[in-house]
Amino acid sequence: MAALTREEVLEIALLARIHLDDDEVDRLQGELSSILEHMEALRAVQTDVEPMTHAVPMALRLRADAVEPSLPIEEAVGQAPDRADDFFQVPHIIKSGK
Amino acid sequence: MTWEPVIGLEVHVQLATRSKCFSGSATLFGAPPNSLTDPVVLGLPGALPSFNRRALEMAITLGLACGCEIRARSRFARKHYFYPDLPKGYQISQYDEPLCEGGAVEVGGRAIRLRRIHLEEDAGKNIHQAGGRLSQVDLNRAGVPLIEVVSEPDIFSAAEAAAYMRELRELVRWYDISGGDMEKGQLRCDANVSLRPPGGSDLGTRTELKNINSFKFVAEAIEHEITRQAAILDEGGQVVQETRLWDADAGTSLSMRSKEEAMDYRYFPDPDLPPLEVDGEVLARVTSRLPKPRSAYRSSFTAAGNLSDEHIDYLTADRARAERYATVAGSEDGRLIANYMLQDPDGRLEAGHLKRLAELQRTATVSGNGAKQIIVELLRRGGDPDRIKDELGLAQVSDAAEIESIAADVVAANPSQAASYRAGKTALLGYFVGQLMKKSGGKANPQLASDILKKLLES
Amino acid sequence: MSLHYQPVGELVRLVRTRQLSAREVVAAHLARIAALDARLGTFLHIDEAGALRRADEIDAELARGSDPGPLAGVPIALKDILVTRDVPTTAGSRILAGWIPPYDATVVERLRAAGAVLIGKLNMDEFAMGSSTENSAFFPCRNPWDLERVPGGSSGGSAAAVAAGLCAASLGTDTGGSIRQPASLCGVVGLKPTYGRVSRWGVIAFASSLDQVGPLARSVADAALLFEVIAGFDPRDSTSIDQPAPRLSGALTAGARGLTIGRPREYDLPGVDPEVKRAVDAALALLADHGARIRDISLPNSAHALPTYYLVAPAEASSNLARYDGVRFGRRPEGASTSLLEMYRRTRGAGFGPEVKRRIMLGTFALRSGYYDAYYRKAQQVRALIAEDYRRAFAEVDLVASPTSPTPAFRLGEKADDPMAMYLADVFTLSCNLAGLPGISVPCGLTAGGLPIGLQLVGRPLDEATLIRAAAAHERAAGPAPHPPEMAAS
Repeated sequence: MAALTREEVLEIALLARIHLDDDEVDRLQGELSSILEHMEALRAVQTDVEPMTHAVPMALRLRADAVEPSLPIEEAVGQAPDRADDFFQVPHIIKSGK
Repeated sequence: MTWEPVIGLEVHVQLATRSKCFSGSATLFGAPPNSLTDPVVLGLPGALPSFNRRALEMAITLGLACGCEIRARSRFARKHYFYPDLPKGYQISQYDEPLCEGGAVEVGGRAIRLRRIHLEEDAGKNIHQAGGRLSQVDLNRAGVPLIEVVSEPDIFSAAEAAAYMRELRELVRWYDISGGDMEKGQLRCDANVSLRPPGGSDLGTRTELKNINSFKFVAEAIEHEITRQAAILDEGGQVVQETRLWDADAGTSLSMRSKEEAMDYRYFPDPDLPPLEVDGEVLARVTSRLPKPRSAYRSSFTAAGNLSDEHIDYLTADRARAERYATVAGSEDGRLIANYMLQDPDGRLEAGHLKRLAELQRTATVSGNGAKQIIVELLRRGGDPDRIKDELGLAQVSDAAEIESIAADVVAANPSQAASYRAGKTALLGYFVGQLMKKSGGKANPQLASDILKKLLES
Repeated sequence: MSLHYQPVGELVRLVRTRQLSAREVVAAHLARIAALDARLGTFLHIDEAGALRRADEIDAELARGSDPGPLAGVPIALKDILVTRDVPTTAGSRILAGWIPPYDATVVERLRAAGAVLIGKLNMDEFAMGSSTENSAFFPCRNPWDLERVPGGSSGGSAAAVAAGLCAASLGTDTGGSIRQPASLCGVVGLKPTYGRVSRWGVIAFASSLDQVGPLARSVADAALLFEVIAGFDPRDSTSIDQPAPRLSGALTAGARGLTIGRPREYDLPGVDPEVKRAVDAALALLADHGARIRDISLPNSAHALPTYYLVAPAEASSNLARYDGVRFGRRPEGASTSLLEMYRRTRGAGFGPEVKRRIMLGTFALRSGYYDAYYRKAQQVRALIAEDYRRAFAEVDLVASPTSPTPAFRLGEKADDPMAMYLADVFTLSCNLAGLPGISVPCGLTAGGLPIGLQLVGRPLDEATLIRAAAAHERAAGPAPHPPEMAAS
């Protein structure tokens, strides 16, 4: 595997919601392909083990169902790049929504 | 050609915890916008989730009630997509190792199998005015705990789907897991619908129907989709696998196809949340607190043999009521008390008072009407049945001699009606009973009055 | 008396006994920062007013006869990845420029409660991604030993500020070596605790299963003191280990006798600078002279640490950085709001630097359906093997030793064009994070050119005490580490 096509780079950039200039796409195509090539060695390693998803084995601790104070509204929305009254404001998605 | 609909439902249930799934903000409905947030809900840099024990207990409760297998170890997974009402850019959900698997929900005597029940967090609300360029986002709902109940494609009609939804609603309300109010978004339904030739065993191409937000629309939307697919297949066409949104005003659905194609949720186990372990002790605790199912109360109330179906439906409509009635079910006063409870939907009357009142009515100390009046007073201002009976003078006169005396007066005062009665107009008995009741100030035992008047008129 | 190279313990003593006021101590450090930091670039934000205010509070408490805590009046600085209420926090990134957090990280709360005076936020590689602090969105940080060279990264500011005496100690974070490697390059002590020892509440996440907060200081004792203050269970972090912070004063004097230290034979790599190898050999020989046993061990999966790390960390990072979307905080560029999609793409395209974009792309790739099993899941399996290697090794040894960095500090710009070359800087530090183990870097000499070299020791889970014990024994035997040549004021 290893080498990424330009299309794949653009697909990944879309999934990650990152706008790339043309030369960024080109550069990343080369860099990512090169990095991925180094990862290829892993495929050959024999791994008949459980994936190590957590560094330290532990069970999830449970929190009591008690209400704690929320942030004041102004602290919650006060630094939004765009707002309308106490709402966050964003451009509307053009196609039909959820 | 007739086609056989095959339907699977994915239902999201909002859990009635006090605080959110992964943080302590409250879960109130209708609060001012963005007043129920904290660093975790907002997805602020550096915030970390900590899991609400009550959400787990509620999920296990429903799992046990449906006969699911509860996994000893399940995991939270991150489900990634970008949308303004999803602050972290991912939803904490469950993927590979959900909390519950298997189980079933009984609908109309049939068991609709469940595939899984899993835990996840709710997103906020994206509000858009039609025609506007902008949306407003309220994150009050973000982080509220949900469970997703996924059925197997075991449902074969729109009507059955609606019945399944109603049954789920009753279940979540019975076990105090959720209010189950679809209009408040406490219960949300997505339907997977496909058609196949009758008697077929393979599944046809399915579409996913979303935005069904009231019980009324469950059957309507699914029926519409069945019709739509049938029309395509009848013409030899192919149903496209897609997601469609129900538009209740238009009574049709719209395709969301292009948005769905881009969805690669990139699930992976959430590194901020170690595996969720449900050991024997937790299971035992939840099991020991598990209320008896509605079916158990229905059976025992039916077995008493003294109640109508309407009574039983009413008495088992909610668990508090069923538990109250259970203390008297099968007793000689069971039917009387059931009737009293019909007047008291909020369950405010004390069990002791109900029993006393039944005794008063059974011994004809008060009439049926008298008992009704006592209940009205009890609900209005409290007190107890005996005191109210005395205050309102509701004690019936059941002394035969006294009634005979009044009866004689009434017959004597209405000679022409008496004559008509004796001539064959027996319906006039009611008139005489009325007159006697009036003369006795409503205190006469009406059944006794009727018997005595009849005897007198016919003698 | 020059205050800026005093040990933490000494500063506390002077302040508590009222020989110096906290204000004097803090003011002296602020003055030194003002004189030197323009040339070093260690601070992204200096909270002068807040620091002096806090210093005055400490002095007032002492005047009343109460005890402000074990770090009373000590000027400490924080890597800008730690969230500080009301004080700007950027994680070294343009996308968070101007963000003022509404809450404090747990470690910040604990330092404050111990009487520390927090003087500012330190420069770093953007979102902790890098090994040189050249990826800072704002300006590079320079090594006080040679201003043309990098201080290491990603906690470059944390290491350089401590080395240059701009603060008494600092906090950094370590995901693949980001405390230890800059500590090594700047000639200071850097400790990465066992994963789960120190709360990650309020630590801007890079790779959640690898990140840990730790101290950088000029002595083992100072590092130990800071660690004791910040470590310990925190219910707000579900990955926090349910144990209190260990007491380490005994370990500081226990000595090296009886310890067995292993040297992995797989670490004998061609890319290791010969001066580095010699210094590390000498450091271990010194420990041997003081009673430690040195022996060879094998960590067979060592070669896989780098590709494993560069799949696991970016995957988690791509997920953790999805929240930077221009909706609730941070920057949205002008003209970015033509549609929802454009808002996301332009905000993130403009706000993230090249290394961050590279890793997000890599991580997104590794998690894609169809690739997840072959890449991310596979890497997590190899990770388990690496952890198992250490478990086996720790049956025979108490500590694993190596150089912290294969080379001393390199020149600014030297590795900027080749991402893989930069990634190789962490080849000795990565496994420790993958396995969740505690690790420490201690200064063990200078190159002929006067650049610091670091010795790394890695220990059993929760066994920071043995790390401290060996590190302190080496420090006692080798003598206190030198300070960089004094810089002229800018």
